[in-house]
Amino acid sequence: MLLMDSSKKISFNRCIRDGDLVIIYERHDTMKAVKVCENSVLQNRFGIFKHSDWIGKPFGSKVFSNKGGFVYILAPTPELWTLVLSHRTQILYIADISFVVMYLEVVPGCLVLESGTGSGSLTTSLARAVAPTGHVYTFDFHEQRAASAREDFERTGISNLVTVGVRDIQSEGFPDEFSGLADSVFLDLPQPWLAIPSARNMLKQDGTLCSFSPCIEQVQRSCETLRSDFTDIRTFEILLRMYELREWKIDHSKFEDGSSIAYPPCKRRQPSSEVSVGENTSSPAVVARPSAETRGHTGYLTFARRKCDS
Amino acid sequence: MSESKPESGPVINPRVTWEGCSVLLDINDGDRLVFARLSAGSTLKIGNKSCSLQPLIGCTFGSLFQVEIGKEKPYLSRFVPPTDDSNVQDEGGSQLQEESRDNRAIIDNNQAQTLTGEDIDAMRRQGATGNEIVEALIANSATFDKKTQFSQEKYRLKKQKKYAPRVLLRRPFCRSICEAYFKKYPARIGFLRVDALSLLLSMANATANSDVLVVDMVGGLATGAVAERLGGSGSVCSTYLGGTPYPTEIIRMFNFSDEICKTIMLFKICTFFHFSSEFCGVPSMTCAQFKMKPVSESANMKMTIQWREKTSLSVGTEDVYLSSKNGDTDLVPENKLSSSSKTCKAPKAGEKAPKQAIQSWKENGFSSLIIAAPEQDAWGLVKDLLPLLTYSAPFAIYHQYLQPLATCMHNLQLEKMAIGLQISEPWLREYQVLPSRTHPCMQMSGTGGYILSGTRMYTDTSQS
Repeated sequence: MLLMDSSKKISFNRCIRDGDLVIIYERHDTMKAVKVCENSVLQNRFGIFKHSDWIGKPFGSKVFSNKGGFVYILAPTPELWTLVLSHRTQILYIADISFVVMYLEVVPGCLVLESGTGSGSLTTSLARAVAPTGHVYTFDFHEQRAASAREDFERTGISNLVTVGVRDIQSEGFPDEFSGLADSVFLDLPQPWLAIPSARNMLKQDGTLCSFSPCIEQVQRSCETLRSDFTDIRTFEILLRMYELREWKIDHSKFEDGSSIAYPPCKRRQPSSEVSVGENTSSPAVVARPSAETRGHTGYLTFARRKCDS
Repeated sequence: MSESKPESGPVINPRVTWEGCSVLLDINDGDRLVFARLSAGSTLKIGNKSCSLQPLIGCTFGSLFQVEIGKEKPYLSRFVPPTDDSNVQDEGGSQLQEESRDNRAIIDNNQAQTLTGEDIDAMRRQGATGNEIVEALIANSATFDKKTQFSQEKYRLKKQKKYAPRVLLRRPFCRSICEAYFKKYPARIGFLRVDALSLLLSMANATANSDVLVVDMVGGLATGAVAERLGGSGSVCSTYLGGTPYPTEIIRMFNFSDEICKTIMLFKICTFFHFSSEFCGVPSMTCAQFKMKPVSESANMKMTIQWREKTSLSVGTEDVYLSSKNGDTDLVPENKLSSSSKTCKAPKAGEKAPKQAIQSWKENGFSSLIIAAPEQDAWGLVKDLLPLLTYSAPFAIYHQYLQPLATCMHNLQLEKMAIGLQISEPWLREYQVLPSRTHPCMQMSGTGGYILSGTRMYTDTSQS
């Protein structure tokens, strides 16, 4: 997945090969990850797709089934991976992930500690951020989930950047071997305040910490614990609002009372309060409105910096 | 976990300051933010006095300093807050206490304080520290004891900020630079908020070894942010319309090593289509640009201003050019860094793209595209630049206004140039978390702009 190896880099010259991990795009909300295998097929509502048809084509191609249906084949990225990975636990999505990576100041060469690993959604983006010289050490107390995560990192080609350990960070803390070496620590635990003293020991001075908690009581308790050894404690909420588009034809033929009407395309019903102004009669205009369905809350993100002692 | 000593790679962004490095000074907990370059001669103006910044050289980023009024002049001294200082806001034990005081009897008539300005000056002359002055003010306030605990804390903090101001030495990083500009001069960065910038980087998959094409009309912030994520490998191609490159003074604040600076390259859009090896007479964006002789400097400024007037409709863009005259862009223009701009050089970034780079981009295509041109027509830029991306490459476009992105998305759909198209608007809210005082912050940013993201499709008629 990652572009560390220039032979794997996407480019005009790079075509789909046997063994590649690809993302099959059916619709914007229906995607899955598939490993290309010479003799395999993909079967879905659009028909049967032979993998062998894909080999030699560029990424981003439209491919057809035996019934004439089609899908697109995309190169994997951490964002696409977050949308297709199997959820063994509740995961973090792009809004939280991108903010965390920015706010923790993760750059190539950093050493990042994470707990819990969960389904590896954030871990994949952290690996991207530290590549090629940094490393992510991630811990989960659930042995099977740790194993599944390891498999996923193999599949996506980032296993040389990520090491998964089985460990209960809340009760044991992070391993001593990392003391004073971590640039950043990320916690997604039910009781993060139990892990904060250990995180303090792991972090370099001015190193960054982030704790993700769904409940405000957890946040309050974490902040209290942070105050002794950390500074710059800030808590945020971040959400993404999506917009959808429609094309409208505006007819400026006026009624007797001087008002004009807007005709949306027949098949769609529109709320009457949304009118867009067109230039001339029957000109299509593109209008945007926020999506009606949206996520209300994922969790609070609390950030802090390890105080400087000297 | 059978690993021996874990490696953390070469130090790309050092954690200790050095002579000539760029720093962000945070005065009084975010009240004032100043970018500076550390040298023996550089100073910081606090109140109506100047302090030397030399004590800051060789210190860890994150160190705190307090302004002490010395006998001759004020100086910055290293300050390590004692652990109970951080509990001023907390006071573990007294949270449980019922607060019986309130403000019903407190009249705000400016007569509660018995110490006068002259008394305070006298104390200073006798060598009293800032903290001692704060304590004296509290002791001489008739209403202090009547205040609630929270109110007392607020009072103490206010006095401390005035009489014993503190300066925090911050590392200039994408996050701190973006936040500083968004707070003080958001127009210079096109109101690109830190969460919107973080989304641009993620959605465009900016990572090591990628070749990212950037249209940066936000002062260089987007280019710098991408270069930071690339960490010295791959390339950042900063491209532009018109005759002169866009201002990119923000890049110099990042403390980039030479290795990273080399990855930032300038390339004019039209030359892609000529595919000639001639460059359109592009000046390189070195630090020297801003120290040009008066004649050529004003000519350069005039050219850029004329061009901006054609396209820009927003207010406050003139500010961008005023400060670049001083050789360093400070958020507080009156801050004069005396000899610093001459004695230390900022590393060069934004050299003309060499032939091998251009050849490589032409053969392989760019691995992603970021456009941060908050006042341009998005579709106009995208339709020319998308063909330069390799297939299945992601792109992310930031705009302050929704409509241009809606039009752009619609056209991309009609022309079948991209899939996975999505317009998102990031929403960010900060919380104050204190015992018995937890709530969202009173102030909030109304908007961080909009982002159109998608992935380039492969079509048979595309040319490589």
